[in-house]
Amino acid sequence: MSPPLLGVEEEGQSIDSSAASSLLDDSKNKLNLKATELRLGLPGSQSPERDPELSLLSSGKLDEKPLFPLLPLKDGICATSQKKNVVSGNKRGFSDTMDRFSEVKSSVYTEKNWMFHTAGPDSESPQSVAQGKFPGNSGMNVKLSSRPSGTQQAIMKEMAPNAVPEQPRATNGTCHNQAAASNNNSNAPAAKAQVVGWPPIRSFRKNTLATTSKNNDEVDGKPGPGALFVKVSMDGAPYLRKVDLRTYSNYGELSSALEKMFSCFTIGKLFRLSQCSANPVNVDPMGLLGREKLSESKLKDLLHGSEYVLTYEDKDSDWMLVGDVPWE
Amino acid sequence: MNYFPDEVIEHVFGFITSHKERNAVSLVCKSWYKIERMSRQRVFIGNCYAISPEGVIARFPELKSLTLKGKPHFADFNLVPHDWGGILYPWIEAFAKSRVGLEELRLKRMVVSDESLELLSKSFVNFKALVLVSCEGFSTDGLAAVAANCRFLRELDLQENEVEDHRGHWISRFPESCTSLVSLNLACLKGEINLSALERLVARSPNLKSLRLSRAVPLDALQKILMRAPQLVDLGTGSFVHDPASDAYNKLKATILKCKSIKSLSGFLEVAPRCLSAIHPICHNLTSLNLSYAPGIHGNDLIKLIQHCRKLERLWILDCIGDKGLGIVASTCKELQELRVFPSDPYGVGNAAVTEEGLVAISAGCPKLHSLLYFCQQMTNAALITVAKNCSNFTRFRLCILDPIRPDPVTMQPLDEGFGAIVQSCKRLRRLSLSGLLTDRVFLYIGMYAEQLEMLSIAFAGDSDKGMLYVLNGCKKLRKLEIRDSPFGDTALLMDVGKYETMRSLWMSSCEVTLGGCKTLAKNRPMLNVEIINEDDQIDFSSDDRQKVGKMYLYRTLVGPRKDAPEFVWTL
Repeated sequence: MSPPLLGVEEEGQSIDSSAASSLLDDSKNKLNLKATELRLGLPGSQSPERDPELSLLSSGKLDEKPLFPLLPLKDGICATSQKKNVVSGNKRGFSDTMDRFSEVKSSVYTEKNWMFHTAGPDSESPQSVAQGKFPGNSGMNVKLSSRPSGTQQAIMKEMAPNAVPEQPRATNGTCHNQAAASNNNSNAPAAKAQVVGWPPIRSFRKNTLATTSKNNDEVDGKPGPGALFVKVSMDGAPYLRKVDLRTYSNYGELSSALEKMFSCFTIGKLFRLSQCSANPVNVDPMGLLGREKLSESKLKDLLHGSEYVLTYEDKDSDWMLVGDVPWE
Repeated sequence: MNYFPDEVIEHVFGFITSHKERNAVSLVCKSWYKIERMSRQRVFIGNCYAISPEGVIARFPELKSLTLKGKPHFADFNLVPHDWGGILYPWIEAFAKSRVGLEELRLKRMVVSDESLELLSKSFVNFKALVLVSCEGFSTDGLAAVAANCRFLRELDLQENEVEDHRGHWISRFPESCTSLVSLNLACLKGEINLSALERLVARSPNLKSLRLSRAVPLDALQKILMRAPQLVDLGTGSFVHDPASDAYNKLKATILKCKSIKSLSGFLEVAPRCLSAIHPICHNLTSLNLSYAPGIHGNDLIKLIQHCRKLERLWILDCIGDKGLGIVASTCKELQELRVFPSDPYGVGNAAVTEEGLVAISAGCPKLHSLLYFCQQMTNAALITVAKNCSNFTRFRLCILDPIRPDPVTMQPLDEGFGAIVQSCKRLRRLSLSGLLTDRVFLYIGMYAEQLEMLSIAFAGDSDKGMLYVLNGCKKLRKLEIRDSPFGDTALLMDVGKYETMRSLWMSSCEVTLGGCKTLAKNRPMLNVEIINEDDQIDFSSDDRQKVGKMYLYRTLVGPRKDAPEFVWTL
């Protein structure tokens, strides 16, 4: 049973930043192999032994099995899997998925608002994964974005919240699932492998929540529910941060939070903070919504005795001093 | 007792209402069996395929209320194909033919056609209550038939059904003479509703106590409806969105103040958080609050609301509330008995998810808590041990860690010890759902300590057949066992085949059970239906018995293999 446990530990450790390196390395090696192998996959083949709900993998993925007989077939656990490596074997569904992933790769972030410059597939490093505390899935996201992986008989279905309603019934095999995945890729992907029927939430509830969040966006007339994340970058820092504007109730809080966030880099430096916007129409699991396009700004950092001013660029591309407009 | 005339015994039995007790009473002796069966009015059938409708009628000719459940529980999570079964029509047909005086019908996970609703509405003159939970197969046309024909309808309760909506004119089919409504729950309907017809219906229903509206009912319509029904005890809002500065909103605020009886609040299927302050005045009376369908509410707004709800006994909420919010719940809601925390973002990285901290806070602050459903990002053994110590009253404990095989993030250990503490401490535990990284050990604990356990849900857990065996051997009161993606195989399945006849059902999917094992079991036990769900022709029936079975569902039955099984379901 070691391969599935490998996958499990791999995940857990990447999440928890503890002593993961060796296992990660193993998996990386495996991944390299897999990456090559999978590209040779044939379309449409399906595992003869696995349950349909576990065979949400693309056909390319399934072809992996004869090549890696040691891999556990029963393991249907969400694992770190990037769909990148399975594109070749597939029809449209996963190709679309893949495009989405490439876009997302450079802006993957987690609950704790860490953002990584993940330029390419080799940028994954255990260190970056290990920083900070991650909720369970986020570590996987980071890992996912940087490396195609296929260690496990993993379910590789991309899920955005809206994808759930179309989650294929267990009757249908791989192709159907892929179609569903592609249908639902209009939203920012969750960058996470999925298992049919997990988490155990009634379909009715999943469908309703998906519709409700979409409607809330339209109805409210302003950025919808969830977090309002803006990207914050600092000159010379190796990575950017994301902040959820909704967790602050005034500029003072935002300012001190940013100070704390960048305190390890600040002393004596001039920062440039950049913020980005996102399309307000799409439902985005991270809630990236904003009508204004914000970009460069500077942080006022009184603690460190340097003068920083928080500015943003609005939709007219004018540089505005933060603080004039009421926080709401 | 044999010296009492039957009428006296029957009178005594009238005070015995629980199904279990009535079942027990009927086993005492023949005369009690006879008296009990002739006087039983409420019949509960947990598996519609365990018995035939004719069998039920033959035994309980005086029945007035029937509860039926169809598909296995995992059908809720898309694990059961769409047309697996659980069809209502034969029941209605049989009851109609035998002129059963049906007054109440409660269904869960069944396929209900418009024809069956129509037949129902025309066959039972005194029909009073229809409750459909997680059902499908019907449209608003079927509802129209019920509205039009059931002259004494008191309860129409639609919970989380998939209803084909042909627009809202079915509400107009309630005749003007229908004034008996006590409970109307339309929350799951998706289409438009004739608002004025709804308002008039509410206006002529002086006994209406429970009203749950659908998303199609906007805030101003809600205000008008509430004006007509200030006596409501249970309210489910529809769309709760408006400009807080508007007249309509202010009117609503004033109207809500008049609704002093509201104890249960739900809905908010669309909500603008700024409008929530309208309900603050009634919060202090609330015993039940369901905000689990309202994803637009940020943690802080939720906290502001909950701070007023000191009498809350039941809370269903999204994990947007966060650990901090749960801390507020723990310090405010001392009467809390049931808590459900649903994930607002099941597949992504939740922006305000809850962790073990929230649960520990709740367990410490809410001494009356006994029912829990908790979706979280992570859990630790230490937290579970603390929860078990704080709170030994759990009867239902369902923990779902979103990553299904996640170990304790602090110690990297499986969660065996944590769940072990729960089952050891909670001696009245009847229902348990496990998640996280788990070995056979947790099942050893469950078998040893969970003496009252009736329902167990297992996913991605265990190392070997021993796990399942511990449970089957230890849990004497086990009725429903459902297992997915766990390494339990034929050895465990076949060790004690008699056990399954003491249970309602067993579900195993993506386990190590083989076709041969299932065949052996089926041959050995004719009182069981062993069904294989064979999608995509995965299994070749005639060949290799060593093939693993994708999905197996077995249940005890008095009537042998069902005749309505679709072609992908094989009864062995």
